[in-house]
Amino acid sequence: MDEVLLARWQFGITSVYHFLFIPLTLGLSIMVAIMETMYVRTNNELYKKMTKFWGKLFLLNFAMGVVTGIVQEFHFGMNWSEYSRFMGDIFGAPLAMEALTAFFLESTFMGIWIFGWDRLSKGLHAACIWIVAFASNLSAFWILAANSFMQHPVGYAINNGRAEMTDFIALITNPYVAYQFPHTVLSGVVTAGIFVLAISAYHLLKGTHLEVFRTSFKFGLIWSIVGVLAVMGSGHLQTQYVAKAQPMKLAATEALWESADPAPFALAAVIDEKNQTNSFEIGVPGALTFLAHDSFKGEVKGIKELQAAAAAKYGPGNYIPDVTALFWSFRVMVIAGMIMAGVTLLCGLLWFKGKLEDYPIALKAMLLMLPLPYIANSAGWFVTEAGRQPWMVIGLQKVAQAASPNVTATEIWISLIGFTLLYGVLAVAAVFLAIKFIKQGPVDSKPNIPAAPVKGATLWN
Amino acid sequence: MELNVLWFILVGVLFTGFFFLEGFDYGVGMLLPFLGRNDVERRVIINTIGPVWDGNEVWMITAGGAMFAAFPHVYATMFSGFYMALFLMLMALIVRGVAFEFRSKDESPVWRGTWDWMIFIGSVIPALLWGVAVTNLIKGVPINEKMIYVGTFFDLLSPYTLVGGLAFLLVFLFHGALYLTLKVEGEMIERVRSVALKGGALAAVVFLACVGLTYTNTDLFSSVLGGTALWGAVAAFVAGYAFTWLKKYGWGFAMSSLAIVLTTAGFFAGLFPRIMVSSLNSAWSLTVYNASSTPYTLKIMTFAALTLVPIVLAYQIWTYWVFRKRVTARDLEY
Repeated sequence: MDEVLLARWQFGITSVYHFLFIPLTLGLSIMVAIMETMYVRTNNELYKKMTKFWGKLFLLNFAMGVVTGIVQEFHFGMNWSEYSRFMGDIFGAPLAMEALTAFFLESTFMGIWIFGWDRLSKGLHAACIWIVAFASNLSAFWILAANSFMQHPVGYAINNGRAEMTDFIALITNPYVAYQFPHTVLSGVVTAGIFVLAISAYHLLKGTHLEVFRTSFKFGLIWSIVGVLAVMGSGHLQTQYVAKAQPMKLAATEALWESADPAPFALAAVIDEKNQTNSFEIGVPGALTFLAHDSFKGEVKGIKELQAAAAAKYGPGNYIPDVTALFWSFRVMVIAGMIMAGVTLLCGLLWFKGKLEDYPIALKAMLLMLPLPYIANSAGWFVTEAGRQPWMVIGLQKVAQAASPNVTATEIWISLIGFTLLYGVLAVAAVFLAIKFIKQGPVDSKPNIPAAPVKGATLWN
Repeated sequence: MELNVLWFILVGVLFTGFFFLEGFDYGVGMLLPFLGRNDVERRVIINTIGPVWDGNEVWMITAGGAMFAAFPHVYATMFSGFYMALFLMLMALIVRGVAFEFRSKDESPVWRGTWDWMIFIGSVIPALLWGVAVTNLIKGVPINEKMIYVGTFFDLLSPYTLVGGLAFLLVFLFHGALYLTLKVEGEMIERVRSVALKGGALAAVVFLACVGLTYTNTDLFSSVLGGTALWGAVAAFVAGYAFTWLKKYGWGFAMSSLAIVLTTAGFFAGLFPRIMVSSLNSAWSLTVYNASSTPYTLKIMTFAALTLVPIVLAYQIWTYWVFRKRVTARDLEY
């Protein structure tokens, strides 16, 4: 394999792994903050138990997100130095802003929250987790603003062979981020909701810690029903925007080879990329046009026409991303979302009628939902990023031009294998701990060890 | 002041903050397996940095981000050039970060022992590698006319840079021991002092050797500011050692901090206006002018940094205030 492909694999593996932890951080931080606020307001120990239990799982997940995040920052310089040179004037700014506005807040107040239970007033302590929740989501905004430039460059000029920022406001109000950010944050809401529901369902099935998990289940239900409906709506809006901003990504995701008016939506297809056709297809006539235009009339451009247009504009080359992978990833994401919506709404209905615990099958179904948000999140990012190929920054720099010229395949192999192995070991350790906490359920905090009498130095003796 | 110069100073400040703050938590991490005689003591040691190490690490992440935003060529040249070193550092930092979270979550002695050693490894490797990296920056590395690093990993290892790495490691160890003298209590203080005196003696020798080699291997001392700061750092280190001997730990820690701050300041002052020195041709060095972002980007980032850095400082100082007391066996809930 050549260096560029290896570097892409490395970025793909480390990003998807990193993003296994981020959505839960985004959603669960807010949920834990709400639980603690309810504790502060009502003084009900139940909410404190909930805060501590979900907080423990949150911390485990948060730690994994933080350590894998550092790798992401270093990647751009290590494997993609030509990208960093070409784009640094624009791309570095949101990354630095993330560190200054969000990462400092998040890490500092997380430390206070973990160790500060007995040192701060209740209200101040709850404020700390709100700050963490705010900062985590703000951090997502900066990263998505940076990513959105790669998907849809705005506010720049090309001078002296590099992209230079001309309008910072345009960068952070990029319409692409206006669609991508809500969809990502809402996917975090859903991930946290399903996570809480699945684990609560486990305990409700076992009949353990019923009070805590009945309340948690109710939290998770409201959270997930709102989240899953909103994530579908925001996803729809984002797809409509992609139709305008990145027609090639849309056409490839739909395996639409020929332009069509009205265009069908393919439910399933056997894709023949070599001959640029689908040898078999089940479609809903006119549905893609409706998705893109909110009307049954209107053209959706096909891959072949878009390829010809790109070749005319940017010179000869292949401008078609991996159609089969995109087509199926998108469907995996959508189907996972629909299953989550269905099961959640069903459980919501049973809950509303007060019959949920009479139907263990519903609780078992909820437990089985646990992997779905993770699958949907990964598939969604795959569509976003693989749909950008062959471009690093759409229309400005190709992936092949972005790699570090001085990094050898051997070096990338070593780091690729190193990260993959380490991530594998850590996943086993984290899952081991998570299962342990989950099975254990909420516990009363350990009695304190009586301290030895304090003797000796004060600070400045 | 030109914004390019201001950003050179800001990046310098971020690195100084990072070495000063994370310096002691690397030091504490290195001492953990040796100072803690049993599980309770090891947890006390970890909890002295527990609430703050993550915030300290963000200084490095911000320094990296600031370099990306203000001097993208330096970020590109350094990170691709120091590839294997950074890979090792990332592996170490990942292991270290999760070790803090995982360590106390299972009772098994094997589990705890493993993660304690991971904290050790995760503290030693970055400390060593930062020393190697910084001494390479000031000594000069093979950078060609296209700003591309053309050496290998082994070109980064020379007697001087290895001494540099060891000096960083030992100075951080001393600094960490002094931090612990302020945070633990009772009989442990005396034990930490003895480690600080032994480690500090070794650190003094290697640190002096590093400054001496800097004199012969680089042109840093031709800058008045750089030279003065480095001699000041040596003096501060010696004073720190003397205060430790006299059991004036607060002053000792202040002096080890000053030694780190002055060393970093001396390196940056001596480098200016270069950021990375090319050993092939001095005209190919990366400077605050040829490696920077545009004035527009620098202006935006200046507004952001000058507003936000004081706020960050304020709440980080507040954190240290909240956790100002010594850590006792009572504080082990986490």
